[in-house]
Amino acid sequence: MTAFLLFLVLLGAWQLYVDLSGVDRILLAAPTEVASSLWTDRGLLWSNLVVTGQEVVLGLLVALVVSLAIAVVVHLSPPLRRAIMPLAAASQAIPIVLFAPILAFWWGFDIRPKLAIVALITFFPIVVTTLDGLESVDPALGKLLRTFGASRWRTLRLVEAPAALPGLLSGAKIAVAVAVIGAVLAEDAGATRGLGLMFTQANNQLETARAFAAVVVLTVLAAALFATLSLAERRLVPWAERSRNREGDAP
Amino acid sequence: MPAKGAIQSTMAPAAAGSHHDEGVRLVDVSRRYGRVEALAGVSLRAEPGEVVAVVGPSGCGKSTLLELVCGLQAPDGGTVSAGRAVLMPQRDLLLPWASALDNAALALRVRGASRREARERAAPVFAEFGLAGFEAARPYELSGGMRQRVAFLRTLLAGAPVLCLDEPFGALDAISRADMQAWLAGALAREPRTVLLVTHDVEEAVVLADRVLVLSRRPGRVVAELEVPSPRPRRPTDADVVALRARALEALRP
Repeated sequence: MTAFLLFLVLLGAWQLYVDLSGVDRILLAAPTEVASSLWTDRGLLWSNLVVTGQEVVLGLLVALVVSLAIAVVVHLSPPLRRAIMPLAAASQAIPIVLFAPILAFWWGFDIRPKLAIVALITFFPIVVTTLDGLESVDPALGKLLRTFGASRWRTLRLVEAPAALPGLLSGAKIAVAVAVIGAVLAEDAGATRGLGLMFTQANNQLETARAFAAVVVLTVLAAALFATLSLAERRLVPWAERSRNREGDAP
Repeated sequence: MPAKGAIQSTMAPAAAGSHHDEGVRLVDVSRRYGRVEALAGVSLRAEPGEVVAVVGPSGCGKSTLLELVCGLQAPDGGTVSAGRAVLMPQRDLLLPWASALDNAALALRVRGASRREARERAAPVFAEFGLAGFEAARPYELSGGMRQRVAFLRTLLAGAPVLCLDEPFGALDAISRADMQAWLAGALAREPRTVLLVTHDVEEAVVLADRVLVLSRRPGRVVAELEVPSPRPRRPTDADVVALRARALEALRP
């Protein structure tokens, strides 16, 4: 509720600024103009949203699978951890504009380069949070399982993997906003459709209101995905929050 | 660290009923961590089906003793021979995402049973030990005492002849602890096992055990051994329990 009021206040301030300051409308469209573009371009926005939405969601899924695999591998093997983690961290410093054209050269304008880019810029935080989860298992529980005769695999499957699920989900939540940016940048490198492309084209054509409308839809996409993941978190790992509360209660 | 001593932890029931399969025997066992000597020449035995309590001041190597018996550590000197032993730690360490029944059945799953098999085998025991109705409860919905019951069942269902209980009720309040002691005595009467019970609560030791060993301050060694002859169930207020408790406390004082 407070968030909504704050949003209205900011919107009003934006409108007033555009109306009163005489700023060039090519630089900054008024909220009313953006709203009208959202309505008149709704067909175009929707069809592009479907494209970008697929890129983001599938790209995130790729990132989740890859991150889980990396986290499990480096969790099980300290030498591989020392080999992989510095490279994974370093990979985050590479600007996407550097490799996006190469990916487009390999795979053309279809969805594959977009998935690769979204996965590439989102996998690292997911690896880190998942690994934290895998390693959150109490060492005393590890001893207990050893006296039960647990194999490494069964310990992973029955205890460590469930313990890592909250980490996987919080990693995915962190990744959502970045994933949307990744999809936009990937579309810039070569695409025939998508909200990122629509934004760039509208911007180049000085259709500022339409460019803003595309951005509004992108932010809604990110917010909707974040909300979906929060819901999934409450449904899939209700115990994570409760255990945290319980620990909070402890002296 | 290379082990000078030997562990003979028999996994297969080669000679059922023999001492090595179901009892515990430590001969002149020592264990050190760097310069810290945790145990110095500890000898103890627990016959099959016997409940032996080990009391001692904190840091006297009680937990090390249990880890040696469970095969989690190797002694630096002396010999440890024991049947397959499982640990029950002080904290319940229940899995927060699993139901109480699935937690109790964890050892079965760990040893390869499917979820359904494990539940089917655990459910009758679960009910038998007074936990009926709590099968689906998550650990955070249970009281501390209930959580320890589930943790004990998990240890019991591991199917090992030797149970190593490390301060099992140390985290409970006095009333729950008394309830749990009575419950544990009943559970062991029903399902006799060889039990090593480590505790700093002398009263608990005397109420539950057939024999009480008193360990000295670090490096731990056995300084007294008290038989508890009175029949079960015992209550903390029974005259002979009180008398033995006084003797054990006396032995604990350096």
